[in-house]
Amino acid sequence: MNSTAIETFNLTRKFENLTAVDNISITVEQGELFGLLGPNGAGKTTLINMLSTMIPPTNGRAEVWGIDVVKQSSKVRQNIGVVFQGTTLDDRLTGLENLDLHGRLYGMSKNIRKQRIHEVMELVELGDKADVIVKTYSGGMMRRLEIARGLMHHPRVLFLDEPTLGLDPQTRNHIWDYIRRLNQEENVTIMLTTHYMEEADHLCDRIAIIDHGRIAALDTPENLKDALGGDVIILSAEDDEKASELCKLYKTNGSTGNVAVKNSSVYITIKDGTHQIPHILTIASRAGINIQSVDLHRPTLDDVFLANTGRAIREEESSDVDRITFKLQSRRR
Amino acid sequence: MVQEPPSNLVTALNTVYTLWLREMIRFRRSKSRIIGSLATPMFFLIILGSAFNSSFEMRGGGQTDISFLAPGIIGMSILFSSLTGGVSIIWDREFGFLKEILIAPVPRFFVALGKAMGGVTTAMIQGTLIMLIAVFGLGIEYRSLLGIAASVGVMLLIGLGFIGLGIALASMIESHEGFQMIMTFITMPVLLLSGAFFKIGDLPSWLKTLVYLDPLTYGIMALRYTLIGETEIPITICIAVITIFAMATIGMGGYLFQKTKA
Repeated sequence: MNSTAIETFNLTRKFENLTAVDNISITVEQGELFGLLGPNGAGKTTLINMLSTMIPPTNGRAEVWGIDVVKQSSKVRQNIGVVFQGTTLDDRLTGLENLDLHGRLYGMSKNIRKQRIHEVMELVELGDKADVIVKTYSGGMMRRLEIARGLMHHPRVLFLDEPTLGLDPQTRNHIWDYIRRLNQEENVTIMLTTHYMEEADHLCDRIAIIDHGRIAALDTPENLKDALGGDVIILSAEDDEKASELCKLYKTNGSTGNVAVKNSSVYITIKDGTHQIPHILTIASRAGINIQSVDLHRPTLDDVFLANTGRAIREEESSDVDRITFKLQSRRR
Repeated sequence: MVQEPPSNLVTALNTVYTLWLREMIRFRRSKSRIIGSLATPMFFLIILGSAFNSSFEMRGGGQTDISFLAPGIIGMSILFSSLTGGVSIIWDREFGFLKEILIAPVPRFFVALGKAMGGVTTAMIQGTLIMLIAVFGLGIEYRSLLGIAASVGVMLLIGLGFIGLGIALASMIESHEGFQMIMTFITMPVLLLSGAFFKIGDLPSWLKTLVYLDPLTYGIMALRYTLIGETEIPITICIAVITIFAMATIGMGGYLFQKTKA
């Protein structure tokens, strides 16, 4: 038996002038917890929308559990669960009613619905809130209910689009626990999108870094970090100009490390970083460049992202939180 | 093992029932909505009806009184609540629930049909309540029990017609700003041209043409016929027009809903 959960073949989606997903070919194994990591507008949601049959691809094709997402979309839908970015609950109904309607739409019989609602509500620890109107739930509870609902019909693959967007850190940690638990206990393959580095790092077996619709890198978090080749040294200069100058000088001095400039700082990735710092500082002082601080750390996914795309993912985050806050406020009818 | 979706007919019926059930739960839960939706027609009926009783004398000796008005007000209530029910897809889109329906492994045409059945049921409940209030509260005399039963069937047809129209419009208009436009530029002309408030026999011909083009005219004539035994258009034509209108708009609504975006 084939052990592939998701496979895409040159999958492409264009919106007028914009290519949101550009020739992506990836394979996700059964049972995997797979992450798509990238900034907003990178194409993560578009990719998930195609895989979950919500929008058709412009080019290429994709299979979920060996089923073509265009030719047999209804069969794909029966076998996947989707938790979308914004809430898709009926907030005038109770949690139980939301799940019950879901079960009906997926053709589950009364007894099975009842039993399954109990199981998934316990899994996300909402058992005592089943008969409460969803409107009174907190943001984290709503997200948990949506995860429970997405799981209810025993999907083979669960898609989670930014599962912790807009949640506070404590709630986020909780959601991570549930995601990990259902990946193991329910044995469901999970594909999640995120632009939180820690989320991808903590949760995912493998990560695809996606930027401008393309896969920039794909591997386990450990391998991605190791591939950078050592430690990260950050030297902050007075301004971008000085930083670029230092970057140039460092390269022409026969150094082997990976160098990038961002926010008037120079990022150098190199083995045995502690011994490199004096060397770099010498270069800097010879050129009269004033170094304000030096930092050295083991590479994180931030560094992986920077090395693979040439920019930082963090820059885009704040606007995103604003958007969500606005959305939550405007929800209140 | 991959799960197969259940067979077509079972899925279809199940989908219609599920969406209907959702509307029923929401309706039952919104007590204020029920009272609110009854208040407007009751104001019309009591205030306008009393005014009619005291001040109107039709040319040619015909009389318009509160019992003439009652079927028109029932029709108005059906128009409001069914159009609102169809257009509520805009709210489902706005609040995300539409995605949950669109991602389900069920045919979208039957989703639209279920939504329509749910909205029509609420419209019929409201129409029936107004009809009963008119009898027991305002002392209007209807022609027969059979007529009353038939009028509920007429409400169903009117309701389906306008909820289909609402679904079709909501499937095309993707912003909730569009909602207010629909309510203003469709509801009011349709209502005022329908003969809910006046007899159509003596109207100037330009106005009469518009009245005959308004599908609600035929619905209200049918209600008036079944309830008080009066009509200015033959009942068979009325029933034919509202049946065709209902089938056309439900077909169109179901078709456009299949193409709608989440």
